[in-house]
Amino acid sequence: MVRIVAPFVGLFFALSALWAFVVGAESYITEPPAATAESVFHLKPQEVSFASDGPFGRFDRQQLQRGFQVYSQVCSNCHALKYVAFRDLKDLGYNDDEVKAIAAKHDVPVYNPATGEVKTRKGMPADHFPPVVYAGQGNPPDLSLITKARHEGPAYVYSLLTGFGDQPAEVLQRFPEAKVPDGLYWNPYFANLNIAMPPPLVSDGQVEYGPGNPKPTVKQMATDVAAFLVWTAEPKLEKRHQTGGAVVLFLMFATVLAFMAYRNVWSGVKH
Amino acid sequence: MSFPWAKRYEPTHPFMVWVDEKLPLPRLVHGAIGAGYPVPRNLNYFWNFGVLAGFCLLLQIVTGVVLAMHYAANTEVAFGSTEHIMRDVNWGWLLRYAHANGASAFFAVLYIHIFRGFFYGSYKAPREMVWLLGVLIFLLTMATAFMGYVLPWGQMSFWGAQVITGLFSAVPLIGDWLHTYLLGGFAPDNAALNRFFALHFLLPFVIAGVVILHIWALHIPGSSNPTGVEVKGESDTVPFHPYYTAKDGMGLGVFLVLYCGMVFFAPNALGHPDNYIPANPMQTPAHIVPEWYFWPFYAILRAFTADIFFIPAKLMGVLAMFSSILVWFFLPWLDRSPVRSGHYRPMFKWAFRALVVDLIVLGYCGGSPAAEPYVMISQIAAAYYFLHFLVILPVISGLEKTAPLPFSITQSVLGGAVSGDEPAHAVPAE
Repeated sequence: MVRIVAPFVGLFFALSALWAFVVGAESYITEPPAATAESVFHLKPQEVSFASDGPFGRFDRQQLQRGFQVYSQVCSNCHALKYVAFRDLKDLGYNDDEVKAIAAKHDVPVYNPATGEVKTRKGMPADHFPPVVYAGQGNPPDLSLITKARHEGPAYVYSLLTGFGDQPAEVLQRFPEAKVPDGLYWNPYFANLNIAMPPPLVSDGQVEYGPGNPKPTVKQMATDVAAFLVWTAEPKLEKRHQTGGAVVLFLMFATVLAFMAYRNVWSGVKH
Repeated sequence: MSFPWAKRYEPTHPFMVWVDEKLPLPRLVHGAIGAGYPVPRNLNYFWNFGVLAGFCLLLQIVTGVVLAMHYAANTEVAFGSTEHIMRDVNWGWLLRYAHANGASAFFAVLYIHIFRGFFYGSYKAPREMVWLLGVLIFLLTMATAFMGYVLPWGQMSFWGAQVITGLFSAVPLIGDWLHTYLLGGFAPDNAALNRFFALHFLLPFVIAGVVILHIWALHIPGSSNPTGVEVKGESDTVPFHPYYTAKDGMGLGVFLVLYCGMVFFAPNALGHPDNYIPANPMQTPAHIVPEWYFWPFYAILRAFTADIFFIPAKLMGVLAMFSSILVWFFLPWLDRSPVRSGHYRPMFKWAFRALVVDLIVLGYCGGSPAAEPYVMISQIAAAYYFLHFLVILPVISGLEKTAPLPFSITQSVLGGAVSGDEPAHAVPAE
């Protein structure tokens, strides 16, 4: 019974799929999909390297502190960091007093359930970075996880920050309707090429780095803040790499032992 | 079970004698995975993957139960509680990465296990029930994995749930009612998330139960083997313990090295970045794609883009996607070749290779955007998929001239020509 019915069922599905193919191919030939400005001018993120890359990667704490400085002075005007607590900043090498001082610079909302009132108080190390109220156009995303929430996240952040510029004339020659809308900015690393965020890093030295640090060029600041956002997205990265090294080494050793045990048990038994 | 030469369980220690009298559990274990289970001596490394699948299930249950202690199934806090696990729970990042990559490892192992079955004809008599239960396990695992992926309530969780639960609305007449009834709303929301969490917790234990039946059913005829020739005598087998416990131990070691490499050094390589964005019902991601292990079936779902007579394209896709797995249930009766192992089946060997390539092509298309040329490629590949199981397999099992089988497992292992009085054509399964 199965063998009588089966070929008919099989042919039904196969012919249906092939019919869909014919219909699809016909419209593909008669109306080939047109190129869009996005499909032609969108760029993949540039190559950037970070100390945290690779299986043995570790954070460069000096760089993370610089990145945090860039975040605090530039990004934090519009972007929140809600999954990060002030206490976490001890990972960057700040001591307890420094963390307390950083927290105290932020006002944290406190909701009183009895009255429904929302007041603010000074932040404490246990608090998370407070929400940012943004009044302008667009919807600045929370940055806590941004480097994990984009393909090639750290490189994407770097490329986006350094990718602003004037729209190339070639774009309008090929796609006359693709003019950058008012209030948006040309950025070929952004998915639809026009981003609501104004260029945040505009001039070298916009953030002042302390002595012993590299010159705060736009590229340097973009790299530093991208490195900082790798940390906010994956604060346990170092512990993961360290633990992983030990675990994998142990497992390789155990596997060699298991292999020897296997050879031993099976010796003399042809198989 | 099984063969008369299977070692009997003879406890020597008085305590074990006492236990065995009251509850013969050690006897059961001895017969199931101990020295009392004779196994063909010629199993190759592909036979490691059953044990590995069992290990993955155990791993998922253990990590999953602990994760459930810290997770909150509420749309307001689900995403945040996942981040809480990643940041504030002791070793929480390890648990979550182990669980998420554990799902991928589970499917990788299951696919190899299933394709082992395809190639070596493990589904054929007398092991049909083992196969049927195995397909059931695969379906349950798919359901569990799908619901688990929804729990972090990221963008891909939400939109994946939206797409897959939307399939129920393709059911004729009652579709919309069924969709709303199952979701507890018009779109995935808190009610759906709670249902998914409850079922995601329940189903692994159902799977564990079916796994026990799967192993039980396997022990009636005993394990198959790469030649596909049934066990004829004691020299064909070795006791499971210590022979295959040792071999599986080594296999487990290799598996763990690869798996832990993923967990510790590339934990997000197989995930989609969009799932680190909290779910937003007002913003559709550019491309909605499931996890890699669903790609081939997702490609089949999307391949049926044309209405067929009175069947709308959407329903056609849903039917095809479910049929693509349901067809495995009929495999023992579709492939009538008396020869089990693909090694002795020249035509089947090529059909099998084509199927592997076809599945990889479907997977690639399923992970790509729903645009040309991927849709057109997946349409050809989907057509071949159904032809393979429902037309090619039944036809070649009649046409094919199979190669001579070895007389026995022992002979195939020790070498020597096929004895002259053996028929060149295979003997049907006993």
